[in-house]
Amino acid sequence: MKILVPVKRVVDYNVKVRAKSDGSGIDLANVKMSLNPFDEIAVEEAVRLKEAGKCDEIIVVTIGPEKAQEQLRTAMAIGADRGILVKTDTPIDLGGVEPLAVAKTLKAIVENEKPDLVIMGKQSIDDDSNQTGQMLSALLGWAQATFASEIKLDGDSATVTREIDGGLETIKIALPGIITTDLRLNEPRYASLPNIMKAKKKQLDIMDPSDFGVSYDPKVKILNVSEPPARTGGGKVSSVDELIDKLKNEAKVIS
Amino acid sequence: MKILVIAEHHGTELATNTLNVVAAAKKFGGDIDLLLAGSNLSDVAAQAAKIDGISKVKTAESADYDHHLAESMAALIVPMAADYDILLAPSSTFGKNITPRIAALLDVQQISDIISVESNDTFTRPVYGGQAIAKVQTSDSKLVITVRPTGFDPVNAEGGSAAIESVSGGAPDAKSEFVSLKEAESDRPELTSANIVVSGGRGVGSAENFKMIEALADKLGAAVGASRAAVDAGYVPNDWQVGQTGKIVAPQLYIAIGISGAIQHLAGMKDSKYIVAINKDEEAPIFQVADYGLVADLFDTVPELTEKI
Ligand SMILES: Cc1cc2nc3c(=O)[nH]c(=O)nc-3n(C[C@H](O)[C@H](O)[C@H](O)COP(=O)(O)OP(=O)(O)OC[C@H]3O[C@@H](n4cnc5c(N)ncnc54)[C@H](O)[C@@H]3O)c2cc1C
Ligand SMILES: Nc1ncnc2c1ncn2[C@@H]1O[C@H](COP(=O)(O)O)[C@@H](O)[C@H]1O
Repeated sequence: MKILVPVKRVVDYNVKVRAKSDGSGIDLANVKMSLNPFDEIAVEEAVRLKEAGKCDEIIVVTIGPEKAQEQLRTAMAIGADRGILVKTDTPIDLGGVEPLAVAKTLKAIVENEKPDLVIMGKQSIDDDSNQTGQMLSALLGWAQATFASEIKLDGDSATVTREIDGGLETIKIALPGIITTDLRLNEPRYASLPNIMKAKKKQLDIMDPSDFGVSYDPKVKILNVSEPPARTGGGKVSSVDELIDKLKNEAKVIS
Repeated sequence: MKILVIAEHHGTELATNTLNVVAAAKKFGGDIDLLLAGSNLSDVAAQAAKIDGISKVKTAESADYDHHLAESMAALIVPMAADYDILLAPSSTFGKNITPRIAALLDVQQISDIISVESNDTFTRPVYGGQAIAKVQTSDSKLVITVRPTGFDPVNAEGGSAAIESVSGGAPDAKSEFVSLKEAESDRPELTSANIVVSGGRGVGSAENFKMIEALADKLGAAVGASRAAVDAGYVPNDWQVGQTGKIVAPQLYIAIGISGAIQHLAGMKDSKYIVAINKDEEAPIFQVADYGLVADLFDTVPELTEKI
C-alpha cells in the first residue's frame, strides 16, 4: 500500500502572532516555522502503518514556498520516503494557497501517484479552515473519515473512530479514501539525529503549479487583518469568600 | 437572495446552534429555508417551523441520512444548491465535516467560521486560533459558509410558523457506512450553549480528582469543559475539550481550574463574559485574561468554593 500525506509549513504553534500595523497581513519576520501539528500526526500514523508492515511507501507533498522543503525534510526524518514540493510564491502569512486550489492540486498528484490512502491534517493552525481533506475527497469521489482518533486498516476498507462533538463515532470507509487526523490519533516521535541526516538524502521533487493547470488566484480576498478586541484581565481576588462576593454582587452571574 | 440553513439535530432535538446560524442568515436579508435530514423528523421539523424568520422547513426523510455521513449529505444538498445563493451550516463537527465537500462539488471556496456578516460578500473570521481577525471578501457567486455560533446572538426559538415541505435527495454514496457511536451521556447543560462552564486542566491531576470539578459544576448547574492536556491524559472524554481545535464557548461565566492558559485554550473561551482562574502559579498566562484570578491550590479552593457557593 502507498500512502500520500499532504503537509503544510505554518507558524509554530508556540508563537504568538501579530497582525501588521497596516492590517495587510501577519508579521512573519523572524518567526519560527514548523510542520502543521496535525500533519505531523498524519506522517507519524503513516510511518506506524509502514512499521506494522501495512504500507510500502509514504510520499509527503506540500504546496508552498521554496522553504517548505524544510517541512518535507522534517516529515522524511520522521519516516516518509520521498517528498514533492509544488513551489509557489503565494504569501503564506494568512494560510497560503486556498483549500480548494490545494485540493485540486492534490487531486492531480493523487492521479499521478495512485496512493491507496491519503492521511492529512484536519486543520491548518494558521487559516483554521478545516476544509482541504473533505474537498479532496469530494473531487476524487472517494469516501472521507475526518477527525480520526483511531485507524484500523482491513484490506480494502478502513475502520475509523472520529472525534465528534457528541462523543466518538466509528465509521467504515472503502479504500482508496481520505482520512484527516485529530489530536488523539498518536503522539508523534522526535526525529533522531541519524534520521535527520538520512532525510537529507531522500528524493525531493520540485514541481511547478503550471504542471497541474490549477489557478492559485485567490477567490477570497483578504481585505484586512486586525488584532481581536483586547480583554482587560488581570483582576485578582484573595480568597474564596471574596470570589463568591464578586460573582454575586459585581458580575451578578450567580445568585 | 435565497438562503439554505443546513440544520444540525440529534434525533428529536434541534441543536441549539441552529438559532445562531439562523441569526447569521438573517444578516443577509432574503428568504431563509432550513433543511433537516434523517428519519422521524416530525418533532424536529415542528421545532424548526417555530423559529423566528424561517420561510420553509425542508425535510429529507430517509434512513440514508441518519448519521449525516458527508457523502450522503452532499448527494442530498448539491442538487438542492441550484435553488439557493447561500448555504450556511454551524461550524460544529457536523457542519465542518459536510460543507467543504459540498463547496468543492460546487467549485466554491468555502468561508469557514464567520463571526460577522459585513455585507453580502464580506465577512470576518478568526485566524491563528483567534489571535487575529481577518476581514474577507469572496468573489464566488454562490456561497458556502460555516458560522461560528458564539459570533451571533440566537434568534427567538418561538414566534415563527414556517411551512414544512418534504424533499427527496440524490442517491447516497455507499462508500462509507456508520458502525457505532459512543455517545457522551450527561444530564448537564450542553457545553457550547451553557451559561456557566467549569473547566479543569492538567493541574487537576487525575480522572478521580476531576470529580471535584464536576461537583462544582453541578452545584452551579454548569457544563464541564477541559483543556487538551486533561483530555490527552485521559481524565475526561474528548468532547469536553475547549479550544482552537476543540469546542468554542462563550458563556456568562467561565471558571478555569488548573489550566495554564495556552493560546490554543484561550482561543476557545476568551469571549466569555466573565472569566475566573484558579491556579497556584501566579505567572500563569490564564490570569492575563481573567476578571477574577485566585492564586491558590485548587485542592483547597475548589472544595471550599463548592461548599460555600
Ligand atoms: C495543534 C494543537 C492544538 C491544540 N488545541 C488545543 C485545544 O483545543 N484546547 C486546549 O486546551 N489545548 C490545545 N492545545 C494544547 C495547548 O497548547 C496546551 O498544551 C494545553 O492547553 C495545556 O493544558 P493545561 O493548561 O491543562 O496544562 P498545563 O499547561 O500543564 O497547565 C497546568 C496548570 O495547572 C496548574 N496547577 C498544577 N497544580 C495545581 C494545583 N494543585 N492548584 C492550582 N493549579 C495547579 C499549573 O500551575 C499550570 O498552570 C493544542 C496544541 C496543539 C499543538
Ligand atoms: N498548502 C498545502 N500543501 C499541502 N497540504 C496542505 C496545504 N494546505 C492544507 N493542506 C492539508 O490540508 C489539511 C487541512 O488544512 P486546512 O483545510 O487549510 O485547514 C492540512 O492539515 C494539510 O494536511
